[in-house]
Amino acid sequence: MGYASKSPWVIHYDGSSCNGCDIEVLATLCPGFDAERFGVINTGNPKHADIFLVTGSVNEQNIGVVQEIYNQMVEPKVVVACGICACTAGIFHDCYNVIGGVDKAIPVDVYAPGCAIRPEAIIDAVVQAVGILDEKSKALEAAKKGA
Amino acid sequence: MGKATVIPFGPQHPVLPEPLHLDLVVEDEVVVEAIPQIGFIHRGLEKLVETRDYNQFIYVAERICGICAFGHSMGYAQTVEELMGVEIPPRAEYLRTIWHELSRVHSHILWLGLAADAFGFESLFMHCWRLRERVLNIFEKTTGGRVIFSVVCVGGVVRDIDAAQFREIIGTLEGIKSDYAKICNAFLKDTSVRNRTDGVGYISLEDARALSMVGPFGRASGLPYDVRSLGMGAYGKLSDFQPITSTAGDCYGRMEVRAKEVLQSIDIIEELIAGIPAGDIAVPVKGSPAAGAEASMVLEQPRGECYYYARGNGSKYLERMRIRTPTSINIAGMTTALAGCDLADVNMIILTIDPCISCTER
Repeated sequence: MGYASKSPWVIHYDGSSCNGCDIEVLATLCPGFDAERFGVINTGNPKHADIFLVTGSVNEQNIGVVQEIYNQMVEPKVVVACGICACTAGIFHDCYNVIGGVDKAIPVDVYAPGCAIRPEAIIDAVVQAVGILDEKSKALEAAKKGA
Repeated sequence: MGKATVIPFGPQHPVLPEPLHLDLVVEDEVVVEAIPQIGFIHRGLEKLVETRDYNQFIYVAERICGICAFGHSMGYAQTVEELMGVEIPPRAEYLRTIWHELSRVHSHILWLGLAADAFGFESLFMHCWRLRERVLNIFEKTTGGRVIFSVVCVGGVVRDIDAAQFREIIGTLEGIKSDYAKICNAFLKDTSVRNRTDGVGYISLEDARALSMVGPFGRASGLPYDVRSLGMGAYGKLSDFQPITSTAGDCYGRMEVRAKEVLQSIDIIEELIAGIPAGDIAVPVKGSPAAGAEASMVLEQPRGECYYYARGNGSKYLERMRIRTPTSINIAGMTTALAGCDLADVNMIILTIDPCISCTER
C-alpha cells in the first residue's frame, strides 16, 4: 500500500465478545494510540462506514444483526475480525450458543487475532484494511468503466 | 397525550459499546415504558465447567467480561478455594486486592469517559481515556496484559510485584490524581454537564431498596451497601472503610459516587501497598472438590455486588458454576428510571447504571 486515498470511517459492533476487544477498539481511537492519525473516525451509522470492526463470535441471536449492519454498508467495504473470538470463536468455540467466527455470517477481509486484541494489532489491521479498501474501490471503478 | 409509539433502541447504537435492545414506548417525547431484550452476547460459558477442569476454568471466568476481568478471576478463585478449604497466603490476598482496586480505578475512569460521550462532551471522553491508559500501563508492567491479566490461580497469584514496582505504581497514581482532579471538576461543576444530569433518571431510596439495586447505582440513591465494608480478605486490614453514598439519586449522583470512588480506591491501594506482608504468593492446591460440596462468595465489582456459587462432584470438574452479576440486577432499576424520562435523556440514563452486558449474559 502506497498511500491511502480515503479517510476510512469505521463502525464497531460487539458480536458476543467479552468486552475486552471492544474497549481496546475504543482505546485505539482515543489519544493513547490515536488511530485518527490515519483519518479513522468511529461512526455509529453503517451507511457512513467503510470498515466494519467486529469483535466476538456470532450466535443465533446476533447473526442477523451482524448481517444487517454489513448489508447496510455501501460498497466498497472491508470487514475486520478483531480478536480471536471474531476470527475463530477462540476460548468459547465449544459453547452451546456460539456458531463460530464472524466469517460464518459475513465475508471477512482481515483477521486480527489476540485475546484481548492489542491496540497495535487493531491499527495494523485497519491500515491493511485501508489498502484493501483502495483495491476494492479501484476494481469497482474499473467494473463501471467496463460496463 | 399523543398516541403511543414504539421506538427500537439498539442493539447497535452509537452510545453503547455493547449490544442491548430496548423497546421504548413513547408518547410524544416522553418514555412511558422501556422493555429490555437481552441475549445478544450469551455464550453459555457457565456450562464450560463440565469440559474445563477447575484450574482451566479460571481463564474462562476471566473472559466473562473484559472490563471486570480481574474481579471475575478473583471471585471464581475465592469460591473454589472456599469449596476446597484452601487458605491463601496473606501476600496473595493483598496483591489480588491491589489489582482489583486498580481495575476499579480503570473501570470508573472508562465509565466517566463513556458518560461524557453520552452527553456529547467528546473532548472530555478523550481526556478520560487518555488518563485511563496510565492505569493500563501499570497492568501491563505488573501482569503483561492490558485487559486480560491471567495472574490469579487457585491458591494465590502467579506473579509478584516487587518494591521498585510498588514505588512506580504509587508514583503513577499520585501523578494521575492531579489530572483526575481537573477532569472531576468538569464532571461535577461544569454547568453544561449539570444541565444534562441534574434530576435526570431519579430513583428514591425506597425504590432502590425495593429493586435491590447494587453498586454505585444503588449508593447514588443513598443505599449504603458495599461488599467491601464486610471486611473480607485484605479489606479487613484497612484502617477505615466507609461506602461512598449520595442522596441525589439522579444521573449526577451516580457520577459523583463513581468520581469519588476512584479517589477512595487510590487511597485503598496506597494503604495496602504500605502494609503488604512478605511471604509466599501461592500455596499448592491438590485434589478435587468433594462431591456435593458447595461454596458461595460475594465480591464488590466496579458495578456492584457479584455473587459466585460453585458445587463440586468429586472430580476435577465442577458440577455447577453460577454467577449473578450486578448489571442483571440493576436492569430493573434502569427500566424504572427510564419510565417517564425524556427521549433525549435515554442515553444518559442507560449509561449511568454502567451496564455491563457481557457480564449479564455470559
